[in-house]
Amino acid sequence: MQTVPLVQRNPALARNIALGLVLICTFVGAAAQILMKTGTQGTAPDGALQLFLYIFRSPRLFAGYALYGLSTVLLTVALKYGELSLIYPVIALTYVWVTALSVFVFGETLNPFKVVGLCTVIFGVGILGRASRK
Amino acid sequence: MSQPTPFSSILLVFGASLVGSVGAAFLKSGAEHLHRDLRSLLTNWRLAAGVVFFLASSILYLKGIKKGELTVLYPMVSLGYVWTLVWSRLFFGEPFTRAKLTGVGVILCGIVLLAMGNR
Repeated sequence: MQTVPLVQRNPALARNIALGLVLICTFVGAAAQILMKTGTQGTAPDGALQLFLYIFRSPRLFAGYALYGLSTVLLTVALKYGELSLIYPVIALTYVWVTALSVFVFGETLNPFKVVGLCTVIFGVGILGRASRK
Repeated sequence: MSQPTPFSSILLVFGASLVGSVGAAFLKSGAEHLHRDLRSLLTNWRLAAGVVFFLASSILYLKGIKKGELTVLYPMVSLGYVWTLVWSRLFFGEPFTRAKLTGVGVILCGIVLLAMGNR
């Protein structure tokens, strides 16, 4: 006789696991993008093979791709517990963290468009988060 | 930076959003076939397909953004969320709901605003 997994008996737990994992996935994805951005400053080569080899000579780029891989793993596990249509758009939060980190890391300035855009994305993700409670 | 966006770039980034959303669908399908053993991970062709589609999507995107305005091209990637809604319903029986459509619509608006702010 097989035991029913806890997450099947407890949909609220499955939902929280899925949302929590995809949230971490967006943090990791944002860190990956920042590393890729600082790792490629101006000198990224053109060809696919050259780029592939270049990744191994730039520690930041390598770390960036590694974190990108990790974020994909987190997304996959999140998808095991949640609906694709609810989980996948939450990745848009990555844009929010990248914009915020760019302010701190690269000293980029915020402007009204960015601020309203950030709030709008967060609001949209909030709607999906609420929808997953049904 | 204010060069007009070539149609080829728009097509590439549009393709990237479509290919990426298919990748997400494969990941979902692969995740459903994933259990607590190594075998279900190593023999999971669906997960492998998802990763390949993701890689292909990022190559198309990088090629696409070489020319043209990021303000136009950057938000286009998030069209992938719309395609994903369609795959979710077609392949996984997840219903369209008003909340999902609104949520994705609001997110798209936010990303367009962010791109405008990055100009």
